[in-house]
Amino acid sequence: MTRALALLVLAAGPLVLSVIATRDAGATTPPYVDSSIADWFILSETTRPDTLQKFNFFIDAAARRPKPELIAYELNTPLWSDGADKLRYIYVPKGKVIEANGDGLLQFPVGTAIIKTFAFGEGEEQRFIETRVLLHRESGWVALPYRWNEEQTEARLVLAGGRLDLTTPAGEAISYRIPNKNQCKTCHSKDDAVIPIGPKARNLSPALLARLASEGKLAAAPDVIRPMPEWHDADAGTAPLARAYLDVNCAHCHQPGGGASNSGLDLRWEQDDPFALGVNKHPVAAGRGAGGHLVSIAPGDPDASILLYRMDSNEPGIAMPELGRSSIDRKAIAVMREWIEGMDR
Amino acid sequence: MIRLTIAALALASAAPLLAETHVVSPGEGAQERLQEALILAEPGDEIVLEAGRYVLTDGLSLDVDGVTVRGSGMDGTVLDFTTQAGSGEGLLVTSDNVTLRDFALENPKGDGIKSKGADNIVYYRIRVTWTKGPDAGNGAYGIYPVESTGVLIDGAKVTGASDAGIYVGQSNRITVRNSIAEANVAGIEIENSRNALVEHNIATRNTGGILVFDLPGLPVMGGGNVIVANNLVVANDTPNFAPPGNIVAGVRRGTGIMVMANDKVLIENNIIDENPTAPIMVIAYTLGFDDERYNPLPREVVVGENLYGRGGDDPQLEGAEMLLAAFGGALPPVLWDGLGSIYAVEGTQGWSLNLTEQGKGLGGANPSPLAAPAPAAEFDRSGIGAPAELDERIG
Repeated sequence: MTRALALLVLAAGPLVLSVIATRDAGATTPPYVDSSIADWFILSETTRPDTLQKFNFFIDAAARRPKPELIAYELNTPLWSDGADKLRYIYVPKGKVIEANGDGLLQFPVGTAIIKTFAFGEGEEQRFIETRVLLHRESGWVALPYRWNEEQTEARLVLAGGRLDLTTPAGEAISYRIPNKNQCKTCHSKDDAVIPIGPKARNLSPALLARLASEGKLAAAPDVIRPMPEWHDADAGTAPLARAYLDVNCAHCHQPGGGASNSGLDLRWEQDDPFALGVNKHPVAAGRGAGGHLVSIAPGDPDASILLYRMDSNEPGIAMPELGRSSIDRKAIAVMREWIEGMDR
Repeated sequence: MIRLTIAALALASAAPLLAETHVVSPGEGAQERLQEALILAEPGDEIVLEAGRYVLTDGLSLDVDGVTVRGSGMDGTVLDFTTQAGSGEGLLVTSDNVTLRDFALENPKGDGIKSKGADNIVYYRIRVTWTKGPDAGNGAYGIYPVESTGVLIDGAKVTGASDAGIYVGQSNRITVRNSIAEANVAGIEIENSRNALVEHNIATRNTGGILVFDLPGLPVMGGGNVIVANNLVVANDTPNFAPPGNIVAGVRRGTGIMVMANDKVLIENNIIDENPTAPIMVIAYTLGFDDERYNPLPREVVVGENLYGRGGDDPQLEGAEMLLAAFGGALPPVLWDGLGSIYAVEGTQGWSLNLTEQGKGLGGANPSPLAAPAPAAEFDRSGIGAPAELDERIG
């Protein structure tokens, strides 16, 4: 506000108007909204609504009952977040259409919102911890973290993130980390722009893609060439599971243009060069994260592989991923171990 | 009128007509208050960190262009990460034209300050300290700019890094000056970078003082155009405490200035004393590699006038005793492995391993006194160092 006032003194009429319009967008009252979803909050460039409820995504304040406009979805292989359950929704404004991009990330129209709630506990005991919102504005995607209160009645914006103590489904007491706004971007960025990570065609069920197409929300369902396996599918095969896990949990940073591009490690599903995946690759900036091991993946020798060492640690500076977990994913460790063991020495 | 509107819009969206100052103080809630200030800042703003100790549990990050973060001095404002529970570094900067000045970080669990893809960044009078001293459990890098164009590090002090105190990687247009790197594995390291000026620094009690490297298999390679001048490189004799597996774990205790696999590096007017393995070491990349873009050899490395004190008298090298006997009790100041090309001013004392093959170890070594030609021409200094406009921010 002080900026706008100062400018008022300095500038000519039209300038002042445009400046005030942008600077104060967050402070003014939005246009009248009815029970429909608040597109204004999704689209307005400078707005960061202080509560999740302002978006009107849900019928109830507790966000248990999504509006019919929301599309619930699941991923074949999801990001692991201390074992949290996740409730995922996509909202696409009326009249807008998602475009497919082969096996890759769906191309969402401006005005899209992607909503993900992190929950722990079963049935009546289920508690929401946080809801992360990705908004597609004219200028690009914006990520905002909301934290649920003790009473489960309201989720408030926490730009700086936060911590809370909880017990994971595996029975571990942890200090759970809600990321700050910048940390959202740490994972959700490629070439310095914020993007969604999860909803890639290869990681969505064909049934969902077909349904979206038939409802006119998706221009056309793509023919997915290399679908990713379902993480709970025991028959999927170790290598596909391991590679899917690495893609979903690691590759948003470990790819060209990603947050860890300088490591030279590329863990994307479509990467087939063993060296780029870490096989016999020396570390670059791993520091003590190397754990005394010489290469990221030592074929046939999981215990000599930095990749496994870092997944199997909780210690900041060693633990990978660096963000988004405070405990160890035992199932993933077992899959990764089996995968590396099966490689020819 | 249309023209006026366009002009008005341009003005409104361009950076900061009037910058704001946000003051943050230590105490209760410092983690959230400081992080919020870093998120809510707008281009041109300054975040002032008042004196005191900030107890932090998570890494901080800055993603807004043109912000200055200013403390009250490297001993006055201390960001204490001793109880850090998450993140890979203390402070992560991912935006351009940022100035960090006059504050300290202590005991970050991973790296100290990492700036990635952050062009035109200034680190001024920043201190990063692991208070235990040398320890394999310390974080890797103290000051860690990577994949950036335009890096100025001035008046910094880093102690205890288990990899490199000041590490500049995969970057271009770099100056590291007036800084102290003490008791790290590598004091100052310039890796896979071009156009770097390293001058007027003190590198002491590290395992190796100043390292200039190029490594294979990285997005950015082809390091070179580096000047290492007017530095005090003294008593780098701390046993290597890097966790095995890292490239610096192979640095021999007592290395003064080391150049590995780089193109056009000038080493001159340094005072190099009490580095028991080698005051200056010029070598090829030592391991095998599979990357056709990579040149593992040192090329056109120029050893100019330097002041050599005691050195090479307790080398951490295979066959040290025999070598010492052969060279009369101390190895000559310049060690070259015989691969690539090196020039040295007349009167430079050195020795060569006379290796003939890269990546095959020292088995083929056949040591002899160094016979290096004098530099053929004046070293081309053009384009080396941080862009001049970065100086203005610390004027």
